[in-house]
Amino acid sequence: MPTVHFTDAEGAVRDIEGNIGDSVMETAVRNGVPGIVAECGGSLSCATCHVFVREDCLDQLPEMEEMEDEMLYGTVVDREDNSRLSCQLRLAEDTELYVTTPEAQV
Amino acid sequence: MDATKTSTTAAHSAAADGTVADGAVRTGLLIVGASQSGVQMAVSLRALGFDEHITLLGEEDHRPYQRPALSKEFLQGTVESESLIFRSNEYWDEHNVALVKGERIVRIEREADGSGVAHAASGARFPFKRVALTVGARARKLDLPGAELDGVVYLRNADDALALKAQLDGVREAVVIGGGFIGLEAASSLHKMGKAVTVLEYGPRLIGRAVGEETSEYFLNAHRDRGLDIRLDARMKRMVPAEDGSRVAGVELSDGTVVPAQLVLVGIGVVPNTELAEQLGLDVDNGIVVDRHAVASDGTTVAVGDVANIPNPLPGAPEGERIRLESVNNAIEHAKVAAYSLMGRSEEYAGIPWFWSNQADLKLQIAGLTLGYDSTVVRRDDERGKFSVLYYRDGRIIAADCVNAPLDFMAVKNALAKGQNIPADAAADPAVVLKTIVTDG
Repeated sequence: MPTVHFTDAEGAVRDIEGNIGDSVMETAVRNGVPGIVAECGGSLSCATCHVFVREDCLDQLPEMEEMEDEMLYGTVVDREDNSRLSCQLRLAEDTELYVTTPEAQV
Repeated sequence: MDATKTSTTAAHSAAADGTVADGAVRTGLLIVGASQSGVQMAVSLRALGFDEHITLLGEEDHRPYQRPALSKEFLQGTVESESLIFRSNEYWDEHNVALVKGERIVRIEREADGSGVAHAASGARFPFKRVALTVGARARKLDLPGAELDGVVYLRNADDALALKAQLDGVREAVVIGGGFIGLEAASSLHKMGKAVTVLEYGPRLIGRAVGEETSEYFLNAHRDRGLDIRLDARMKRMVPAEDGSRVAGVELSDGTVVPAQLVLVGIGVVPNTELAEQLGLDVDNGIVVDRHAVASDGTTVAVGDVANIPNPLPGAPEGERIRLESVNNAIEHAKVAAYSLMGRSEEYAGIPWFWSNQADLKLQIAGLTLGYDSTVVRRDDERGKFSVLYYRDGRIIAADCVNAPLDFMAVKNALAKGQNIPADAAADPAVVLKTIVTDG
């Protein structure tokens, strides 16, 4: 099962097993991970599912498209080099992903 | 979709502690409407430490789900119904929220202290100490001869979407009545699925209730370029039945021409579900009238989301100005206000209202509210397919419509949230990055 390890801004960790094909955002929201808001439900409209991806996990992720890149300039906590919108990250069978959620999304 | 907690167990478990004469202990919060705002209220209350029982009751037979995809990804078949579900069953169980599906509340009895019993059409009774109305709105019905024919459909909830999907195979030509968000999203979806689509809009422009004239014009041309047949100022006479009378075959216009269609999708707005509020004697005026803390005129019922008529939440809006917002963002933010209210805290609406609509490859994002605007600035970059309109009131920015221009959207949304301005003269140059020209105060 794909697994996502969510660390919040205070350092608390939640490990969640997800379904293949679901996004990291969906996995978080359905299980009530508090650091992900995702108002738009994954249609790349709101930039409230911002996560910081652990550096050694970045390579397994798909390239960022222009829309995601531009949306990331509007996040409440400023973007870093390892920022992604978690609605754009899909789980594969062997996904083992470590992400940190920002202090605020809205 | 599976059963979580049935209405009988929820009603029964509450009654089991019974102390009141009618056998019902009136504890806990009853949220009527398992909608975006109902779900958010339950989630926010638990996050705030609300420790009383919560019943989240909805009239549909589905677990609470997200509606926006119904006219887009779900209709096109690119997402499954399971991914529209808000929260896992485990989440609701762990947070002690009883989900009730398939129960429609028809009457609410109440005592002077605000507690009471809600009666469902099925006869089930749901006692409560306090009640929240997150009952939303329903699709406005088409008032024309033939509107009852098979093939004339609406798109408000999951069952509507499932019914629509089930009859698409036999459809070559579709008519969409109404050129608003739902109409244009669905029209774009149907067109993408290979249908010939005609949009009939009664008004003189598209999306007339939500955007200004420049944005309407932009969408008109963009949709025509992408292959939609759009007719403005359309006057319709009736739905034309097929020869055997079995279902709709077209829409007859007032000049006698018939637009052939094996499917007619009606998206002409919604009507707030105010019946329970009226029965409770609450002030109702284009929705349930609530104060800044989401509390209705009786001082105890909270009403949230599409059904609520709220004070204009935009910072600096004139006192007394009111609005009813139909959006996901409002359902969420307003539910948070109500959750604070139920916890005895007077928090006001936070954040800037925003809206989105995805139509074909056109991604519209709206920040703020255009209410009372007196001038606009248009930023257009056809080479990159970007288009924005900024709205000003007395020289201050109050809103923006942005098409495929998330940087503009984000800049305006953030400026509004911080009480900053974006001077109109500098913004007029589309090459200027808006967030570099914001000014304080």
